[in-house]
Amino acid sequence: MSERAFFIDYSRCIGCQACVQACQECDTHRGVSMIHLETIQRRDTVQTAPQVCMHCEDPICARVCPADAIKKTPDGVVQSSLKPRCIGCSNCVLSCPFGVPKYLASIDQMMKCDLCYDRTSVGKKPMCATVCPSQALSFATIDEIRETRAGSPINEWRFGAEVVRTKVYVMAPAEVRAVTIDRLVRIGDGPSARDPDDVAFLLEEA
Amino acid sequence: MSDRQRGDAPALAPAPRAQAGPAPRWREDFPVPWAADHYVTRRELAKFLTLGSALLAAANGVIAAVGRWGRRAPPASRTVITKASAVPAGGSLLFRYPTADDPCILVRGDDGVLRAFSQVCTHLSCAVVHRADRDELFCPCHHGVFSATDGRPIAGPPTRRLPVIRIDQHDDDVVAIGKEP
Repeated sequence: MSERAFFIDYSRCIGCQACVQACQECDTHRGVSMIHLETIQRRDTVQTAPQVCMHCEDPICARVCPADAIKKTPDGVVQSSLKPRCIGCSNCVLSCPFGVPKYLASIDQMMKCDLCYDRTSVGKKPMCATVCPSQALSFATIDEIRETRAGSPINEWRFGAEVVRTKVYVMAPAEVRAVTIDRLVRIGDGPSARDPDDVAFLLEEA
Repeated sequence: MSDRQRGDAPALAPAPRAQAGPAPRWREDFPVPWAADHYVTRRELAKFLTLGSALLAAANGVIAAVGRWGRRAPPASRTVITKASAVPAGGSLLFRYPTADDPCILVRGDDGVLRAFSQVCTHLSCAVVHRADRDELFCPCHHGVFSATDGRPIAGPPTRRLPVIRIDQHDDDVVAIGKEP
């Protein structure tokens, strides 16, 4: 049996927040979810998308950490920040292309999804994948995914010239090989036009 | 995440960034892989020292408790060593007491009194021999000298006296009746 991996199928997400609630129950960060449940084009759709840590092969959050607080285990899981080292600078929060790390001011520390390392390191599923009713989040072997899903799992992302490969896969149409984000905004430039999906804009309208 | 690149149309995608060569030296001290990280924080060191000291103190306590209450000396056995007449004045005799692994020496001093000691030198456990001309017990390994009267060290490296074997005499039989530590 091949090794199990984490798969996100955004199209299956029904926005039930079960993953968020399950994540909050973890004792290491009780009451704080490490999952971001994003809304997509709120004006037009109720579609949501869960975002867990993608566990990059070359984690930029760890590379930019000035306190050497973010570590990657040999099995490729990028851990949450080490409490004795994290200085709460939020460099990782700013650098992550997926917007995953959270700075928690109450404990002055960054915390993020660590793929429920206490569970996955002993062969159990992460909490979110355990509870997800539509299996938008699933922890399975790649063979199981190929048998049960129509799309293909991909783990390559292109942010401008930056290519990022991740341990976590997302399901995409079969012909897609990589996700490319070519609409990059430089910090400080500001948006060139008002984004109609911007929540602040929607509130203004209301 | 707005656009997706088609597998057969890579023209839109910029070329992957070339590797920037080997990692800089400082990265060796601050590695991303956890297995390569050997940095010890001050707090970790303090925790280690505290727990280590506590463990050491507890171990000392256990050893002291075992020494105080745990170990009981075996009951002294009575063993006939030899005939008293077999040991002339200035003579000596080797025997084993209380077990076959404990070599001892019986000496008759110039005063004619029989005394027995452990034959194991308290320095480095060589076997001591009797020097009748000086009435002393001599360890040939490092030239340690013990008194043949009470077993106390007289010269050389030993600092502790030889254990004394208590003996008793019944008629002509010399009997070992106990060992003083």
